[in-house]
Amino acid sequence: MTSPLFERVRGIAENVLKLPGSQITAQSSPETIASWDSVQHLNLILALEQEFGCQFEPEEIDQMNSIDRIHSVVQNKLNHGS
Amino acid sequence: MSSGTSAMALSQSGRLNVAELRQEIDRLMERGEATRASHLLSELWTKDNTVSTATFIVSRYEQLRPKLNLLPYRMAILRSFTVEPIVPLLRAGSFHARIDLTVHMSDFNAHVQEILDPKSSLYGFAPDVVFLAVQTRDVAPELWRDYADLNSEQVQSAATRVVGDFRSWVSNFRARSKAHLIIHNLEQPSVPSCGILDGQVANGQAVAIQQINRRLQALAAERTGVYILDYDSLVARHGRAHWHDERKWLTVRLPMAAENLNHVAKEWLKFLHPLTGKVAKTVVVDLDNTLWGGVIGEDGMAGIELGTEYPGVYFHNLQRALLDLHQRGILLAICSKNNLDDALEALKNHAGMLLKPSHFAAMRINWTDKAENLRAIAEELNIGVESLAFLDDDPTECQQVRSQVPEVFVIDLPSDPRGFAQAVRESPVFERLVLSEEDQRRGAIYQAHRDRQELAQTVASRDDFYRSLQQEAEIAPLTKASLTRIAQLTSKTNQFNLTSRRYTEQQISEMVSSPGCDCFSIRVRDRFGDNGLVGVAITRFEGQRCEIDTLVLSCRVIGRTVETAFLSFIADHARKLGARRLRGWFLPTTKNAPARDFYASHSFTPLEQNGKGILWELNLSQVPVSCPEWVKVTVRNGDR
Repeated sequence: MTSPLFERVRGIAENVLKLPGSQITAQSSPETIASWDSVQHLNLILALEQEFGCQFEPEEIDQMNSIDRIHSVVQNKLNHGS
Repeated sequence: MSSGTSAMALSQSGRLNVAELRQEIDRLMERGEATRASHLLSELWTKDNTVSTATFIVSRYEQLRPKLNLLPYRMAILRSFTVEPIVPLLRAGSFHARIDLTVHMSDFNAHVQEILDPKSSLYGFAPDVVFLAVQTRDVAPELWRDYADLNSEQVQSAATRVVGDFRSWVSNFRARSKAHLIIHNLEQPSVPSCGILDGQVANGQAVAIQQINRRLQALAAERTGVYILDYDSLVARHGRAHWHDERKWLTVRLPMAAENLNHVAKEWLKFLHPLTGKVAKTVVVDLDNTLWGGVIGEDGMAGIELGTEYPGVYFHNLQRALLDLHQRGILLAICSKNNLDDALEALKNHAGMLLKPSHFAAMRINWTDKAENLRAIAEELNIGVESLAFLDDDPTECQQVRSQVPEVFVIDLPSDPRGFAQAVRESPVFERLVLSEEDQRRGAIYQAHRDRQELAQTVASRDDFYRSLQQEAEIAPLTKASLTRIAQLTSKTNQFNLTSRRYTEQQISEMVSSPGCDCFSIRVRDRFGDNGLVGVAITRFEGQRCEIDTLVLSCRVIGRTVETAFLSFIADHARKLGARRLRGWFLPTTKNAPARDFYASHSFTPLEQNGKGILWELNLSQVPVSCPEWVKVTVRNGDR
């Protein structure tokens, strides 16, 4: 499960949500993490855009509601070009 | 060039990547090494300006804050768009500049209510500075979106309405707050509504918006403490076509793309530096591979790269950027490991040199280490090391200066000299919001200072030296023309400053309009030239007592008895208004030792002591304060 890409995503989430990496799992989502509010969600999206040099579509942002799903959206984006 | 074990140890952190730096920072913090951790946080920020790193940096500084000497500053943002993701970038940049920034954000599009309501959260927050960040599409939607529908009269009336709105916001704001106000001007659309026709007609869309911006600029210039942030140029500089992200605007009201967030944060930071006094007064430059390409001692006059053609033009461009700083009142100095004769030959005689020896206020061309040379330069120029910026192509030298004299602002130069000039132009420590007459003449003033020091070495006694200076002091009450310089002196003077109370222009205007309060400035000329306006005194009457609220003197004239002449005037003034006693606090800081003995040496007696300082008093009817015979004083009337 823990691919290098997954670790990069988790590393960014760790910084933006101000949590130790051990507390962030594939299932982590705004429901399970108190600091993951709408402002932090936006910060997370922007941090990912900066890291991967892409811009997400509104539909993609809607889907990105857990670490696992963020990972798949990013993976798709990188595979199909942005 | 530099060798030895210390250089090795210093560059150690230079090999760490971003992830390793973060780990090392957390390790240092666990061990309680706050200062070292803050150095690495600065290094991390220099390496990586992303939202993710910014959030990391802010959270670490929030823990380190009590252990570091940071300047607290409060900033409010009145906005018509999402700024939340910019805030961590701005705060990380501020921490890097030793500013602990607290940010308050208004609700969306609530700037009008926030300004008009005296009980609003804006005023409750008590900001030091307020940014009014509203967009063309929000405050002038007809000019942004519906321009093609308007005839020229409608365009004019829209422009007048917009400027009128800003005018009323500014007046209402100023009636309720003394904080600085920074206004974003209006950006033009990326593509005008009428296409290339816009460039052909008298009042096209671009022209209409430019005219509003010109009127906003005039509006700001009429007031004190109101400034324009040229948002239109900021957007253009980074590319209008790449600035926006329409998806983010439509979904979360964030108009700019992720890659541009930091450009806004940096632009805001350029205002915070001069507002908080985190500025460099002098830039100390290296020579080889910095002011010119190559090594003068090895390549010789004909071999170094410097001129108007490639590749020497990159160094020429840097010299032009430095010359621009010189015209802004920032002193230039040289610190170079070189043989003096080789270096001077190039400085004096190389045809490509834009900078001449006379542009430099101090030179250390020797083989001593740079940290030591920087301290010597600061001492020679009579400024603190925290007022120095350092420019050197060699990362090892930069690292040595960072760790030995961490107060110095080290400018990060890219490895390619093509980017040198821009690195200097973009550095926030050289930004100024106002330019006084003194700023523009500073280079010449320091030249005269060097001549004076030479004279001091040739005359026999101190009194002879004072006499030979032929000093003339002109004392005047506050005028509109002197206000900028007076506020600048109270906010920037560290050494001869008895109370270190920092005042803005508005605060001074307001104080002086209250009864019993006076503000005087002193201007000093001597045989070597005009030092300009160099001192400020603010006094307050209460019954038969006169208290010196503020007394500052620029380091340019310290030690020439001008302070005694000024005090003698203040004592006369107090006596004339019926005061029996003159008193004043001395509040020690880490830098104002030169003012420590001021009251004692003028026969004041200590009256009271609290945790912050000592209150001194002089009985005006018993002890005179006489003006030194060698200072000729004239007193002018003000324009009030």
